[in-house]
Amino acid sequence: MITVTLTHFLTLSAVLFALGLLCVLTKKNAVTVLMGVELILNAANINFIAFARYSDTDLDGQVFAVFVIVTAAAAVAVALAIVLNLYERLRTIDLDEADLLAG
Amino acid sequence: MTAFDFVFYVFAALTVASAVVMVFSRNVIYSAVGLLFTFFGVAGIYVLLAADFVAVVQVMIYVGGILILLLFGVMLSQRVTKVELRTGTLQLVPALLVVGSGLVVLLRVMYKTGWKEVPAAEFKATSATIGTLLMTDFLIPFEVVSILLLLALIGAAFIARKERKT
Repeated sequence: MITVTLTHFLTLSAVLFALGLLCVLTKKNAVTVLMGVELILNAANINFIAFARYSDTDLDGQVFAVFVIVTAAAAVAVALAIVLNLYERLRTIDLDEADLLAG
Repeated sequence: MTAFDFVFYVFAALTVASAVVMVFSRNVIYSAVGLLFTFFGVAGIYVLLAADFVAVVQVMIYVGGILILLLFGVMLSQRVTKVELRTGTLQLVPALLVVGSGLVVLLRVMYKTGWKEVPAAEFKATSATIGTLLMTDFLIPFEVVSILLLLALIGAAFIARKERKT
């Protein structure tokens, strides 16, 4: 008797989402914040695939998960380019130091 | 407890534990290694959910691509020799409060909602179906996301290169 149901997967994804959010909120290092964003995207993906599995919609959820992964790759590429540029200008990637636009 | 349950709990524990390591480690490299194991754990969860294609994509793109890119980011933007691979944390307590209450709300909603749950169908290889869906129902999103990826890569290369003196 399999006792793991949809709710188990949703719980796992909620915990991952919370950890990722915590990472985004508390870290000062720009690259670590990016890692938190990746964690959040993974949590969302688990939800997509779990719902695709436990419902009678075809594989739409899985296709959407692939789109999320592609978008994540694009986001990381651009964000890292920005981080490198930040380092080029300020010699630091501490997000608290990047306040050039603050009045 | 069936094998399915056992494997689920193993992968869930691996995922959550390495995510905790990633979030609470002060060393960026340790965070990256934690993230590596999180990605592998999530790939295992995908396999359990009968998403073999997405699991392989997860391993190839996240582990083989995104994580390597993140490590490049760490290496290129820190003085490795001076051991500055640290990340500070700030406002841990308010963040924990916000995240904790958000998590409680999320879980309450999840448990209160009566999800319409269909018993999981028998496992079938998904690659062929996903390929067909991408070329039929999802053709427009597929093309849009390809263009987005192309633009993002060109943009990233353009932003990241050193400014040339003219």
